[in-house]
Amino acid sequence: MTIETKTDTPMVEIVNVHKKFGDLEVLKGINLTVPKGKIVSIIGSSGSGKSTLLRSVNHLEVIDDGVIRLDGVQVNRPDMKGLAFERHINHIRQNMGMVFQHFNLFPHLSTLDNVTLAPRKLKGMARKEAEELGREYLNRVGLADKADVYPSRLSGGQKQRVAIARALAMQPKVMLFDEATSALDPELVEEVNLVMRDLAKEHMTMLIVTHEMAFARDVSDWAMFMEGGVVVEEGTPDKFFSNPDHERTRNFLRKHLSSQH
Amino acid sequence: MDVNLMVEVTPLLIKAAWITIDISIRAIILGFGVACVLVFLRSLQIKPLQWFSRGYVSVIRGTPYFVQLLLVFYGGPTIGLTMDPFTCGVMVGAFNIGAYMSEAIRGALESVESGQNEASRSLGFGRLQTLTYVVLPQAAGLMIRSVGVLAIVLVKNSSLVSIISVVELTYQAQRLIGSTYKPFEIFTLTAVMYICIVYAVMGIVELAYRRATRYTTLVKRVQ
Repeated sequence: MTIETKTDTPMVEIVNVHKKFGDLEVLKGINLTVPKGKIVSIIGSSGSGKSTLLRSVNHLEVIDDGVIRLDGVQVNRPDMKGLAFERHINHIRQNMGMVFQHFNLFPHLSTLDNVTLAPRKLKGMARKEAEELGREYLNRVGLADKADVYPSRLSGGQKQRVAIARALAMQPKVMLFDEATSALDPELVEEVNLVMRDLAKEHMTMLIVTHEMAFARDVSDWAMFMEGGVVVEEGTPDKFFSNPDHERTRNFLRKHLSSQH
Repeated sequence: MDVNLMVEVTPLLIKAAWITIDISIRAIILGFGVACVLVFLRSLQIKPLQWFSRGYVSVIRGTPYFVQLLLVFYGGPTIGLTMDPFTCGVMVGAFNIGAYMSEAIRGALESVESGQNEASRSLGFGRLQTLTYVVLPQAAGLMIRSVGVLAIVLVKNSSLVSIISVVELTYQAQRLIGSTYKPFEIFTLTAVMYICIVYAVMGIVELAYRRATRYTTLVKRVQ
C-alpha cells in the first residue's frame, strides 16, 4: 500500500454486504461509501434493514458476506478467529462512536464517569486528565452542570446528549447514530438534533439512521432509502427529498413528511 | 423448664455453634469458587463443557443434600476418596451450594439488559472488561440477595453433617441430651442459636446489598 491512497480513503466503505437472520435475508448486497467528513442518512420503515446495516458497521451484527472497512481497515475479518479477532474488533470499535435509540448509559456511574470510563480504561488516561476531557465533552453537549449527577436523574434528551459525549470522548473517526431521537418525547428531540448539527459543523463523519426527514434533509450530504434489505434509492438530499426517482421512495416520503407535523 | 441446666450448657453449645459457622463460611467461599467455574464453563461456546456444567447442576439439584453427604462420606472410600468428617462436610456443602449459586449468578448476570453490553462493546471494551466495569456492578445487588438466601439454606443444612459425626451445633445438642435427658431445653437453645446465626447472615447480606445498589439512590457522585 502506498501513502497517497491514504488521503483518498473513504472513512466507511460497505461493499456487497449480506446478512441473514435464519432464513430471512435482511441485507441483500448493500453498497455504501461515506467519504471523510461527510454525513449520510439512511431512512426506511422498520424491518427495512437500516438498523442492521448500521450495527454491522461496528460488528454488533455479524455479516455473512461482503466487506466493511473503516478508514481503509477491514472491520469484518472472516479469516480471524477467537482472541485475535477480539483484539482486532476492540481496537476498531475504539475508533467508532455509537449512539443507541435507548441511550444505554451506565446507570451505576455518574454522568462524568460514563464519559471517562472508556478513555481511562482503554486509553490508560489518568483520572484527572480524563475528567478534564470528560467535562469538556459534557460542556460541548451543554451538560457541564450535570457532571456529578447519575443518569436516573436526567431527562431522555439529556441522557442521549451524555451518550453522545461518551462516544465522542474516545475521539472516534466516525459516529454511528441508530435512531438516536426515536425514543424521545417530541419536545426533547431538538436538543439532541442541535448537538448533532454541531458535530456536522465540525465535519465529523456520520452515519445516521433516522425517522426525522426534515433533519436528515438538512444535515446530510447523502441520503439513502432502504426497503426489504435493498437500497431503493440514494442521492443528494435536495434531489432525494424533493424529486425522488422511485415510486416507493415517493410513497415513503409522503407518508413520513405528512405525519411529522 | 430447667433454667440452671440451660445456663450450664450454653457455653458448650456456643462453642459448637462456632464449628457450624466455620464449616458454613468455608463451604460458602469454596462454593462461590465452584459456582464461578460452572458459570465460566457454561459461558464458553464449547458444547461438551456446557453439557458438563448443566449436567452437574442437574445432578446436584435432583438429589437430596443428605444423600450427597452420605454418598461421599461412606461411599467415597470405595473409590479412594477418604476425608475426615469436617473436610467432608465442607466439601459436600461447597459442591452442593456451588451448583445453586451458579444458577443464581447466571440469572443475575442475564438480568442486566443487553443494551448495556452493546454500549460497552461499542466503546471498544472486551468481554472481560465489559463484565468487570459494566455488567457485574449492575448484577451485584441481585447476585448478593440470591447468594444470601442460599447461604442461609446452607447454614441450616449444616445440621445434617452431624450424621457424619462433625461436632457442630446439632451434634453437640444431641450429645448433651444423651447425658442430661432434657431435649426441650437443649433443642430450644439450639434453635435460638441457629436463628442468631441466620439473622447475622441476613444482616450482612442486607448491608452488602445496600452497598452494591447504592447508585440507584445516589443523586450525586461520591468522590
